[in-house]
Amino acid sequence: MRAQFCALMVEAAASPDFVFLTGDLGFKALEPVRDALGKRFINVGVAEQNMVSLAAGLARSGMRPWAYSIAPFMYARPFEQIRNDICLHNLSVVMVGNGGGYGYGVMGATHHAIEDYGVMLTLPHMRVLIPAFDGDLRPMVHRLASTESPVYLRLGLSEEPKDLALPQYSAWRQLLSRGSEGRATILAVGPLAGGIVEAARTIPQDRRPSVWLLSELPFADVPQPLIDDLSMSGHLLVVEEHVEHGGVGGMVAQYLLTRGVGPRRFTHLPARGYPSGLYGSQKFHRRESGLDPSSVLGIACQI
Amino acid sequence: MKRELPSDLLLGAKLRLLRMHFESGVGHIGGNLSSFDILMCLYHQMLGRDDAFVLSKGHAAGALYVTLWSKGVLTDDDLATFHRDETRLSGHPPCNGIPEVLFATGSLGHGPSLASGLALAKQLRGEPGRVFCLTSDGEWNEGSCWEALIFAKHHGLSNLTLIVDLNGLQGFGTTKEVANLDSLAEKFRNFGWQVQEVDGHDVAALSAALTSSADSDYPQAIVARTTKGNGVSFMEGRMDSHYLPMDRARYDQAVREIKLAGVPTRDDGE
Repeated sequence: MRAQFCALMVEAAASPDFVFLTGDLGFKALEPVRDALGKRFINVGVAEQNMVSLAAGLARSGMRPWAYSIAPFMYARPFEQIRNDICLHNLSVVMVGNGGGYGYGVMGATHHAIEDYGVMLTLPHMRVLIPAFDGDLRPMVHRLASTESPVYLRLGLSEEPKDLALPQYSAWRQLLSRGSEGRATILAVGPLAGGIVEAARTIPQDRRPSVWLLSELPFADVPQPLIDDLSMSGHLLVVEEHVEHGGVGGMVAQYLLTRGVGPRRFTHLPARGYPSGLYGSQKFHRRESGLDPSSVLGIACQI
Repeated sequence: MKRELPSDLLLGAKLRLLRMHFESGVGHIGGNLSSFDILMCLYHQMLGRDDAFVLSKGHAAGALYVTLWSKGVLTDDDLATFHRDETRLSGHPPCNGIPEVLFATGSLGHGPSLASGLALAKQLRGEPGRVFCLTSDGEWNEGSCWEALIFAKHHGLSNLTLIVDLNGLQGFGTTKEVANLDSLAEKFRNFGWQVQEVDGHDVAALSAALTSSADSDYPQAIVARTTKGNGVSFMEGRMDSHYLPMDRARYDQAVREIKLAGVPTRDDGE
């Protein structure tokens, strides 16, 4: 996904107000962006607090700064700068965090971002975009060119299901229809949706759960077709590479309960941190949290 | 572009600052008095349409509000709301409501980076003007200040002037007791900045330093030696002037002393 992101940043360079800041990350990736932007590409060094306040100063002056780091260093270290300098003033700064969730795998806990969007969404005016597939980036970046408020863009690795035509990008998408005997509605956040869809397609068609994907937070409404679907299936599973607190599970549950349209059964599958205390790949950490496709579908299909 | 700062204007504004703090029953007066001459010089002599200012030591908001009052930006009615319900004038600069206040500050260590961002935007766009930022001295305990110091030098932000209100007192002790950074000026020089050291209550010296800072190929720092509670004997150099409001007798005494001292150095303008 980062390669597509860089290509789009190169295209964005044509806008004279576009400025790209990096906290000394992007080796073997951001070089084309640097070359395209010239002096509007600024490596601020290992100084995330400074990077975020600089971006606020640039945005206050009418420029369109994007700040880039790996996800944990983008939202956690400079949190106060994001809150005071960007969000209180509703400035249009895009904060890009690469490797959301357990994306940096065996690099260890300091390099994971499993509470990023929950934390970011506590701030005024903040919006969060979570592309699941490479193709999601273009419509997102296109829209961000004219955004007037702060945005956190959580990048990951695209996990596109093989031999499946993806629906056109939108904040809510249905990736797989529920079979006539299917007894679950899965709502996934982020790239892990791809593996879940792929695995779900190996289940006999009539017993398949539906799979939905959410890519933008906060949401104003849950689409009616999704509400209809889960009222029929009777079981909503929310799957996300993010801790329970501040996660999409709670947001969706609150929405449904408030409107009296909750399903009979609700399961939240969030990131559970480090249950064994051991480290490994992103897939390892998903398995540890029960976010891998077979664990998810085991619950969805009561296998 | 130096303009005149008449001494009676400065004196009148200082008395207005005391009155605002007395009427609102608000402390932080010591740090406001230490910054006041600097702010008045900036607003009356330096800042033009193309310039920008960031008050990094947000706890000097009172001094900023009264300075803006002296410029006609805020009214007596505005000042009467200071620290009260439904005011625009919160205890630290607000994020909305006063166009001259570019950023809500009050958490220390943000201003140097914010000002660097404003200065960088001017450079990238080839725009004229200068960015000034006033910090406290205790504020330099914050690591983010040093991030900005490194950045501004490395990127040649010659349109940036940082001013330090060096009053020697911070939240819970003197700067030498708490985390001694003496000499800040020397440290700034070691980071590649051009530094001037001035008496922060000598209006002519301040004015000269600010003016000459505007003509340089380097980012500029002005270390202004000041006195917390300047001009008021029972406040000068005292920790409690950071926090405590004045009672009637103290207020009357402060007014007498400020009037008696007048303005230390008369700046006749040129």
